[in-house]
Amino acid sequence: MSIILDKVNYIYGQGTAYETYALKDINLEIKDGQFIGVIGHTGSGKSTLIQHLNGLLRATSGTIYYNGEDIYTEGYSMRALRSKVGLVFQYPEHQLFETTILDDVCFGPMNQGLDKNAAQLRAFEALHSVGIPEELFDQSPFDLSGGQKRRVAIAGVLAMKPEVLILDEPTAGLDPKGRDEILDQVAELHAKQHITVILVSHSMEDVAKYVERIIVMNQGSVMYDDTPKNVFRYYKELEQVGLAAPQVTYLMHELQEKGFPVSCDATTVEEAKQEILSVMRS
Amino acid sequence: MLRDITIGQYYPTGSVIHRMDPRVKLFGTLVFLISVFAYKGIVGFAIVTLFLAALISISKVPFRYMIKGLRAIMILMLITALFNLFLTPGEVLIQVWKLKITKEGVMSAIRMAIRLTYLILGTSLMTLTTTPNQLTDGLEKALKPLAKIHVPVHEISMMMSIALRFIPILIEETDKIMKAQMARGASFDEGNIIKKAKSLIPLLVPLFVSAFRRANDLAMAMEARCYCGGDGRTKMKPLRYQSLDYQAYAVLILYLALLLALRVVL
Ligand SMILES: Nc1ncnc2c1ncn2[C@@H]1O[C@H](COP(=O)(O)OP(=O)(O)OP(=O)(O)O)[C@@H](O)[C@H]1O
Ligand SMILES: [Mg+2]
Repeated sequence: MSIILDKVNYIYGQGTAYETYALKDINLEIKDGQFIGVIGHTGSGKSTLIQHLNGLLRATSGTIYYNGEDIYTEGYSMRALRSKVGLVFQYPEHQLFETTILDDVCFGPMNQGLDKNAAQLRAFEALHSVGIPEELFDQSPFDLSGGQKRRVAIAGVLAMKPEVLILDEPTAGLDPKGRDEILDQVAELHAKQHITVILVSHSMEDVAKYVERIIVMNQGSVMYDDTPKNVFRYYKELEQVGLAAPQVTYLMHELQEKGFPVSCDATTVEEAKQEILSVMRS
Repeated sequence: MLRDITIGQYYPTGSVIHRMDPRVKLFGTLVFLISVFAYKGIVGFAIVTLFLAALISISKVPFRYMIKGLRAIMILMLITALFNLFLTPGEVLIQVWKLKITKEGVMSAIRMAIRLTYLILGTSLMTLTTTPNQLTDGLEKALKPLAKIHVPVHEISMMMSIALRFIPILIEETDKIMKAQMARGASFDEGNIIKKAKSLIPLLVPLFVSAFRRANDLAMAMEARCYCGGDGRTKMKPLRYQSLDYQAYAVLILYLALLLALRVVL
């Protein structure tokens, strides 16, 4: 069970004066249960890539297989695909529209064909899991703060119980606490329900902390696709394409240059701490 | 999906027409519109067609791209043609039940269809070769004399340029919201009319909210930069006629004179 992208290309505005080659020959396999980070500078094609995974954009050429089935074959239900691959867009709070928060979160489950009660049950669960208190459920979503709106919008996708959850910069513009809360909840979902998670992020720290595999996008192509440790070894190359390694990686490199026998593999503060402690003890 | 709308879009090719002063192009469009309705006879028609074809080829905008805009008004054209076809009195060609197709009807249907097509092609040639900013600049300058009689020329052109600027933004926004709702299982083309109308709510509500938010932000940003209307405002790139523009005016006047002369002679 997996998503496979085979030689996927995508061109925006084909046949007009504004053609943009947004994806170039992408080959990827996304295995079940993985927690994947997608990084890349602005305009590198991250959002374009993830919109292919649930069929919102149709590849200009190439094929995508979901659980072994070609999603572009005649009669393949895109709607069913979209309820299995949940996509939370950049700034998802701009898509809220219902009169109450609960109704808005129910929108997805109802489209899946659930009845009102079952949908509300799902909505309750999803809103709880993103930390929205129950007394807000009957309020208008437009009266919430930006961070709360973001959570409600994420709950709107979680309530559909997707097998694959894709988040496009879910923490942009949130405070550090809200950021950690949302990502911790996603990590918990991943751990407990074994769903596949794809996280698009500009924060190297977040990516290093949560994911097990990083896909680096550069000008529409996959530049690296490996574990965080291996990817951040290329921190010099990453800098050249407008990215960076986590702060602690730089710290470890400096320590090494100053003559401390630390290894430079640490990508999170916790790992760095362990590494430094073990070097100091020995 | 919504990106196929080409009306009012700019298509950069850097041709001679693109480099002309927007006032020339506004005047040119007016001249062309007059000529489309004023030509007479097959010779006149040939001249108008040649003129349009020449302009299109000089502009370097692909013809295929130009006629994409025509599709939008296909319905309007069909209805006009049908009315002309059946309701023009004259020599009867075919009669089906009470509907009569007359020779005059056929002629006027064809004439009308041609006129409408040329009209659209002519105006889209202007918008395809002129950025919205140039267009409103040109309009503001051309209408400047009206400011003497207290017509708020600057404000009107400012509103126009903002409105034009918002069209692509709103199209993009619509695209984004549609996709976001489709990711939540919404579909916009299923069921009967009532169902379809209902399915638009998840699209329209966020769209209006965002349009108001953007308008508000824009107003704030303009005030923060001390915008206070047109009095005493100067331009970074004031419009100035080049020799190219005078030549273009000469060509336009010649063209119009030729057509009007033909009309008198024939
Ligand atoms: N709707 C669109 N129409 C035309 N071009 C587009 C559209 N969306 C994106 N592009 C272009 O495609 C390229 C990739 O854009 P994309 O949105 O995938 O980047 P991204 O990696 O998500 O960037 P960011 O980090 O800013 O979100 C860019 O060059 C962009 O200009
Ligand atoms: Mg993006």
